[in-house]
Amino acid sequence: MKRELPLTITAGIGLLMILSFFVPHQVIAVPADFIQASAIIVLAFSYFLGGANLLRVNIDGIYKREPGWIYKLVLVVSLVATVAIGFVEGKGFLDQGRISKWIYDNLYSPMQATMFALLAFFIASAAFRAFRIRTLEAGLLAAAALIVMMGRVPLGNVLTDWLFGLRWLPFPGVPHDLHLSTIQEWIMDVPQNAAKRAILIGAALGVMATGLRVILGIERSYLSGED
Amino acid sequence: MLALGAALALVAPVSAAPPAPQPATRLDWKDVPNDAGRALDLTWVLSPDDKPGLGLVTQYLVERSTSVGGPWTVVDSASAGADKVTDESVRRNTPYYYRVVTVGPGGATPAGSLTGPATATSQWLDTTRASVLALTALFFAFVLYYIRSAQMGKKPFVRRIPGIDAIEEAIGRATEMGRPVLFVPGIQDIDDIQTVAGLVILESVARLTARYETPISVPVSYPIPFAIAQEMVRGGYLQAGRPEQYNPDSVRFVSPEQFAYVAAVAGIMLRDRPGAHIFMGSFYAESLLLAETGFSTGAIQVAGTANVHQLPFFVVACDYTLIGEELYAASAYLSGEPKLVGSLKGADLIKLVIVGLVVVGCALESFGVHGLTQWMATQ
Amino acid sequence: MSWTQTLEKLDRRWIFLVLALLVMGPLLFPLALPLSPSPPVHGFVQAIDKIPDGSTVLMSCDYDPASKPELVPMTRTALRQLWGKHCRIVVTVLWDGGPGLVDNVLREVAAEYPGGKTYGVDYVNLGYKEGREDVMVLMGKGIANAFPRDYRGNDTRSLPLMANVRDYSSFPLLVNISAGYPGTKEWVQQVQGRYHLPMVSGCTAVSAPEYYPYLQSGQLLGLLGGMAGAAEYEKARGEKGAATRGMDAQSMAHVLVAVMIVLGNVVQRSRRQAEGA
Repeated sequence: MKRELPLTITAGIGLLMILSFFVPHQVIAVPADFIQASAIIVLAFSYFLGGANLLRVNIDGIYKREPGWIYKLVLVVSLVATVAIGFVEGKGFLDQGRISKWIYDNLYSPMQATMFALLAFFIASAAFRAFRIRTLEAGLLAAAALIVMMGRVPLGNVLTDWLFGLRWLPFPGVPHDLHLSTIQEWIMDVPQNAAKRAILIGAALGVMATGLRVILGIERSYLSGED
Repeated sequence: MLALGAALALVAPVSAAPPAPQPATRLDWKDVPNDAGRALDLTWVLSPDDKPGLGLVTQYLVERSTSVGGPWTVVDSASAGADKVTDESVRRNTPYYYRVVTVGPGGATPAGSLTGPATATSQWLDTTRASVLALTALFFAFVLYYIRSAQMGKKPFVRRIPGIDAIEEAIGRATEMGRPVLFVPGIQDIDDIQTVAGLVILESVARLTARYETPISVPVSYPIPFAIAQEMVRGGYLQAGRPEQYNPDSVRFVSPEQFAYVAAVAGIMLRDRPGAHIFMGSFYAESLLLAETGFSTGAIQVAGTANVHQLPFFVVACDYTLIGEELYAASAYLSGEPKLVGSLKGADLIKLVIVGLVVVGCALESFGVHGLTQWMATQ
Repeated sequence: MSWTQTLEKLDRRWIFLVLALLVMGPLLFPLALPLSPSPPVHGFVQAIDKIPDGSTVLMSCDYDPASKPELVPMTRTALRQLWGKHCRIVVTVLWDGGPGLVDNVLREVAAEYPGGKTYGVDYVNLGYKEGREDVMVLMGKGIANAFPRDYRGNDTRSLPLMANVRDYSSFPLLVNISAGYPGTKEWVQQVQGRYHLPMVSGCTAVSAPEYYPYLQSGQLLGLLGGMAGAAEYEKARGEKGAATRGMDAQSMAHVLVAVMIVLGNVVQRSRRQAEGA
């Protein structure tokens, strides 16, 4: 029963949701709408579960004075303070002039932006360290990458128009308006697009196959470790 | 006085009120198809006075009643020049009567006739999605056939996936170094199938780490995957026959906040120095941050994701990468279970069908035959 | 030690330093590089230009502060283009970290207009709701049903702008600015595909290649990719905003990455030759 009940619920709801895409009749549509609205509520409540675990693990670490317990203390104090301030300020807690807004504008936003900005540095070091041309395919990839990278920014046209502008070719009728950015757009529109479509279709089929396995109970290891 | 009035009229003529517009005609109704009986389409022929620049018609009011004699309620309106509306406030299987009133500066003119009884009905099948239904049914049929076939002994061949084989190698190396294994099941919630796929692989990884007596660390970003991850790790230790070694704190909830999560995981990498990093699931911008930080610690790294925009970062920074569907195939590959392997073959076969459709469709379009394309276009 | 051997052992922090200097330089001393809007950007501009003046438009800003440099400039320019046509805007935010940032942007741009733009009349911020694709589908059954309260806690149905807003059929266009998931792909799958709502998208540079198939199939009428797309959009609209200023810095960063790729391979080739010898 421990496994049969969740499997039955999964199968029933999964098949209902698939049917709701094809069957507009209210017999299917009304329960499907209800389940969809309920999913939102369940997801929202699951945050309590996560918050409780976060507090339990970190308070335990502070109590036992584990290595780095000071950081755990900072985490717990920040979590409790942010939630408490938000509750006290109530509706409009992110209005101008509120403490929650100050936390958002001066702590949360800059920290998020900083972490994202690290990517630029890591891309530069990864490009130097790991982008090695060992085969013909890798060479084509590198050439396309360089064209797209430089074609996406205005400096690319400025540096290469003397070449791609083809003005130096002494033949009449040669187009003089070819730019690196034009070549870049062609790469994005044609070969990249074709490959991306194929990957999208393949990935979508993978999602369907895995979803079908879960719905039909063929894939059941996520329920518990016992078979 | 009369002569004065006549003279004044010649100098300043009195403007006459515009006439009431002629009525709209031929109001007709149609049940909106492929719905649950909640809408009716109404069309009419414009008033002959409804011409640009004349200004005799400003709008049309659509009135509705449940009986021929009224009472009538305005349910919708349309501006001049518009000849249709959709009434979405109807109840299914209820007959209604409609009439349209033409309104202008000179007044309102009701239509000479009304239309009805108009009834909205539910349909059992959305015919505009027939192509999707056909392909989905075919797909399900293939998968179920090959599952059955595999269960009866005809297990299909699955090519070697180096990235999955490398997982055991990575765990072995971590064991030799006396270091733990770090497993990251992606940063999305359980509704992302990649997270499910990642958690399924986690059970196999946990079984291996239990067998080698290597600690495992699993930081998770959402509460529901966190609960499932605990079950997967516990199940792995159980399957390896070492339930007493299972440490519940090896799985920890971190944060659903993307960069807070990656900061925490980077901290784990730099402090605990795991010998192997396994990234399996849905990743976004944090993929390179994780992979590059992990590389700097000297760990062996195996990654797998179906988010194609992150694959280049993993390919560059990790030792092995599972690309797209290889992640979904991993659970079948690792377990070798016939039912799971059979489903892989079913998915491969539908891919062949899609390739065939693309080739045939391109050929037909090239010759100006649009039937297949129109059938494939869904609503 | 030869220069290639030095490079091979180079501490990556030197690369970080060079990148930091190359990015800071143009921010302090602008290069004013010429910009030329590409066809996807023209598509974005024209899609908005074609909608009738005074329409009510749905704008979903699905991002958080991490993507601020790429997406906030295009959000500002889109708001200006829409308000330039006296459109009314209904804003949703499907990322939990985003509402505060998006609200700041709305207030900032609204204040640029004489008399300001009135909340509840010219624009409404419905804020964040958990549920991702489920919220998109729920909005199809009624916007006010999905968001009974707006970001400021008002009853959505009491706002004047929302009086004529029912569901997706009330909008001639969806403008989606997104940083990932949930975002453009989900809006195309759940909304554009089902309700045929014309749609344009602005997204981060890393996501843009994934949406080109939708652009080619006509499901997206226009696409802005990253800061480059935002800068081209500003150029097309005759503005010189943060994205235009940022393109100089981004150009230098791209040049550095290209040089790093070439240098890395030169070092590898030199090492192979040394090993061969």
